[in-house]
Amino acid sequence: MSAGAGERLVQVSAVAGSSRTAAGTEVPSSTTVAELAGSEAALRRFLFGLPGVDQVGVEARTASLATRSIKAASKLWAIDTAISMVDLTTLEGADTPGKVRALCGKARRPDPLDAEVPPVAAVCVYPDLVAVAKHELAGSGVAVASVATAFPSGRASLAVKLADVGDAVASGADEIDMVIDRGAFLAGDYGRVLEEVRSVKRACGAAHLKVILETGELATYDNVRRASWIAMLGGADFVKTSTGKVAPAATVPVALVMLEAVRDFAEVGGARVGVKVAGGIRTTKDAIRYLVVVNETVGDAWLDPTMFRFGASSLLNDLLMQRAKQRTGAYAGSDDFSLE
Amino acid sequence: MSERRVAVRKTYKLYIGGAFPRSESARSYAVNAVDGSLLANAALASRKDVRDAVVAARKAQPKWAAATAYNRGQMLYRVAEMLEDRREQFAEAIVAGEGTTRDAAEAIVGDAVDRWVWYAGWCDKVAQVAGASNPVAGPYFNFSVPEPTGVVGIIAPQLSSLLGLVSVLAPALTTGNTVVVIASEDRPLPAVTLGEVLATSDLPSGVVNVLTGRTHELAPVLASHRDVDALDLAGAPAELEVELEEAAAGNVKRVLRSAGPSDWAAEPTPQRMLAFVETKTVWHPIGI
Amino acid sequence: MSHAPRASPVTTSEAPPARRFEYAPAPESRAVVNIRPSYGLFIDGEFVEPTDGSLFETVNPATEEVLAEVSAAGPGDVDRAVVAATRAQREVWGSMPGKERAKYLFRVARIMQERARELAVLETLDNGKPIRESRDVDVPLAAAHFFYYAGWADKLAYAGLGPAPRPLGVAGQVVPWNFPLLMAAWKLAPALAAGNTCVLKPAETTPLSALLLAEILQQAELPPGVVNILTGAGDTGAALVAHPGVAKVAFTGSTEVGKSIQRSLAGSGKHLTLELGGKAANVVFEDAPLSQAIEGIVNGIFFNQGHVCCAGSRLLVQESVAEQVVEGLKSRLQTLRLGDPLDKNTDLGAINSPQQLEKIRELANSGEDEGAERWSPTCALPDRGYWFPPTVFTGVAPAHRIAREEIFGPVLSVLTFRTPEEAVAKANNTTYGLSAGVWTEKGSRILWMAQQLRAGVVWANTFNRFDPTSPFGGYRESGFGREGGRHGLAAYLDV
Repeated sequence: MSAGAGERLVQVSAVAGSSRTAAGTEVPSSTTVAELAGSEAALRRFLFGLPGVDQVGVEARTASLATRSIKAASKLWAIDTAISMVDLTTLEGADTPGKVRALCGKARRPDPLDAEVPPVAAVCVYPDLVAVAKHELAGSGVAVASVATAFPSGRASLAVKLADVGDAVASGADEIDMVIDRGAFLAGDYGRVLEEVRSVKRACGAAHLKVILETGELATYDNVRRASWIAMLGGADFVKTSTGKVAPAATVPVALVMLEAVRDFAEVGGARVGVKVAGGIRTTKDAIRYLVVVNETVGDAWLDPTMFRFGASSLLNDLLMQRAKQRTGAYAGSDDFSLE
Repeated sequence: MSERRVAVRKTYKLYIGGAFPRSESARSYAVNAVDGSLLANAALASRKDVRDAVVAARKAQPKWAAATAYNRGQMLYRVAEMLEDRREQFAEAIVAGEGTTRDAAEAIVGDAVDRWVWYAGWCDKVAQVAGASNPVAGPYFNFSVPEPTGVVGIIAPQLSSLLGLVSVLAPALTTGNTVVVIASEDRPLPAVTLGEVLATSDLPSGVVNVLTGRTHELAPVLASHRDVDALDLAGAPAELEVELEEAAAGNVKRVLRSAGPSDWAAEPTPQRMLAFVETKTVWHPIGI
Repeated sequence: MSHAPRASPVTTSEAPPARRFEYAPAPESRAVVNIRPSYGLFIDGEFVEPTDGSLFETVNPATEEVLAEVSAAGPGDVDRAVVAATRAQREVWGSMPGKERAKYLFRVARIMQERARELAVLETLDNGKPIRESRDVDVPLAAAHFFYYAGWADKLAYAGLGPAPRPLGVAGQVVPWNFPLLMAAWKLAPALAAGNTCVLKPAETTPLSALLLAEILQQAELPPGVVNILTGAGDTGAALVAHPGVAKVAFTGSTEVGKSIQRSLAGSGKHLTLELGGKAANVVFEDAPLSQAIEGIVNGIFFNQGHVCCAGSRLLVQESVAEQVVEGLKSRLQTLRLGDPLDKNTDLGAINSPQQLEKIRELANSGEDEGAERWSPTCALPDRGYWFPPTVFTGVAPAHRIAREEIFGPVLSVLTFRTPEEAVAKANNTTYGLSAGVWTEKGSRILWMAQQLRAGVVWANTFNRFDPTSPFGGYRESGFGREGGRHGLAAYLDV
């Protein structure tokens, strides 16, 4: 795993043969990528060469997309797709094996009375509960994701973070949700952020790596775009908005900026990186807004649980209630579905 | 022969942060009609109620200032609609509290409604009248815009319990300030009822906070409060004015002095709005 | 067309199975509007039959369905309306205290807000514009104009125009078909606030929203004669502007008609404002926020099918980023949804009339003939109605007709430049001067460009923004006078 995403990027972009993306991102030539790996200055030059994001414009765009009216069959499709994209999450100090087992039951069969409801994508827990979840979900196809790297603050030494990752991987986690070092990012220490992502990627082994940017702490869309690129250059399989522990968590404009980043990365020949939105997504309406943005920004290829995820807990029941409404015509009651 | 129905009376409370609490001091005082009969007991606010009201006003201020001028205009216009709806009630209160004829009271209420409409219309115009682009001698774009001062403490007129109150409240709100107002001491009831009007219009909680009580007890607290940015002495008793102005100097409050008894029915000017704005000037280079 | 295959440069063996997010039809209900089979003229507070006029049909351009029969006012009807307006101005409206006039206008604003959906659906039916735009732009902005100018009615002395501004009298106002209700509001609200009375002529192809506005004026109990609405074609408009009882003429429409009105008013002493055509440059620099610039280009030319006098119809893009901007634009246009204007998800509606469609076709064909490269996304057009696909011309030379003439349709001409000076020279190389766009993250350059551009409105890092507080109007052959803002009052006051 010594080959970083940067090198991968060069190889593929040579094939793609295009020098710029539609959005104007300069493709790092082989020399600049070598520099990216080794030089803080080159990385900074690259990040600051990315086109700016105009806040008013990006928010106007998502407000316009929020007026899309998703009805009937397309709504049912969107609800089922959203269910299949949920990372059903519990990340509380009070989590117990019992709580995680209950959650896993819900993940496998979100609606015990309706086998047509798809299972969710993954269950997301702290590292010490991975083994419980792994056991409960064996054979179900539902993945076990674990937060790691001193989640949610990330304020620990690299050694501690890697140990945290190693622990989760050893317990069987299929996916690792790491947090970037926002302090280093905001201090302009981009190389350190990149190196940390790379190190964690190596520690993940076969596990997929989701890199949490904690966009609520990055504050600007320019920062979100730059942090997305650092994560992708570091080998992220997913870029993820938030821990859910900081407000604001996921927002639609942030998701749009991240989707444009993964699109641009793929267009210059990088890997196809997924996007996970997490925190504050509670209703079907919210979820469908994200799916519309995915659809009209990056398109079909990302409309799949392997490429787009919702990190959420209460969202799932709202999806089930709206699903029932779509099928029966009557609004569901809040006790029609199990709490977990 | 039917029995006479016993009326349910209203409890007059304070209006702080969108809620109607009693005074934290649990005190009240009798409010009498001009004929000396008891109208109601009003809450006798304490210095701690002033403190709570300022906290509420400060909390509400950034959002109120950030609302678009168009939205603020819509909300103030909504206040006019709500007040129009309660014309009868206010006219009765003015007859009882100010001793006017019924016709005069109705005219006063009509003027009060129209005053909200007048200021509602100013929200998105005051910057067009008070702002400017300044032709500086150099390659710079230079413009000035009025911004709200912040939290305005108002001592409401003592005689004109509704029209006077609206005439000092609305201009401060128009430009994006939030307000703590000490109602007329002897005629506080319309102010409390106006609080109910504000609560049922679209005005966010805390934008206006109404205190009833003793002006001599409350005004010095408001005048010296370091989180109040400006002071309107419209209804300040003459003997208190110097003390209040001195207290206001503690954090350089902008002070609008009382001009003595005012004819609140006269058409207003922009003066009261412009008393509580700061002018911000921006320089930006022009070049390729 | 919304699901046209997306050209994806990504090819990996692990690509997930394709899923398609199809949007089911989401039509807004027509039930909210009640279109009468036929309409008279709105004169002196009543709907009346024309005395010397005739009848014509108004059609839904998306389906060619006849919506209603409408009266065309003759010279006698014009005279009746002007007489009613004159009387109302002298006896009622002109002498009414400003604060009372204000309250009528606030009422109108409020009723427009209350009946917003009805107005939006009717506008979309008669005009062909997407319901998303009539609902989110035309109607709220029209109400906001009334709200804004209502507030001026009792503050005219503070408008900085003079100590004792007075109304002019009767305003004769002729509005176009691209924003029928909004343009009516732009004309009526400032005129009424200033104490004038009005005779308004809506466009021949889009009379219905103005007639619904007449019903709203009745609901607001606006005194009779203060606003009169005469439907009809060019003859009606010509009779109106020529009427000796009209003190002020306000026209929005083509430069050609504007010139003829200006000529016809020579020596009459009538006040005149004209808001005419445009050929706006939308200038994109290499340091622009490119994703948002692409959105701005799309909004600039495809908003309202390009039936916008200030449309960003000439894209001037810096050569260093031209290729990726055009690529990004094309990829974005694949997601534009053309079709039923009443569908809430439609981005691009119908062309307003067969005449306009023919004009767009003719100019687009000239673009090809003159050697520019034509491109449209894969896009199925409905069988009935008047439609034109979103179209982008690259390789356009400044001399091409599509770079000089106003197309007034969903057709974008792309030109390139190398330096800011060249951008300015090309942007200003037109007889028009209504609007311009500038895209760069460099603030000082925005202001420099704004200073150099000969245009009445300059949008920076945005496009096609309108607000009642913001003056709008052109330089040069785009007309004179401003609508909106404090400046908009000047056109209706004797100072």
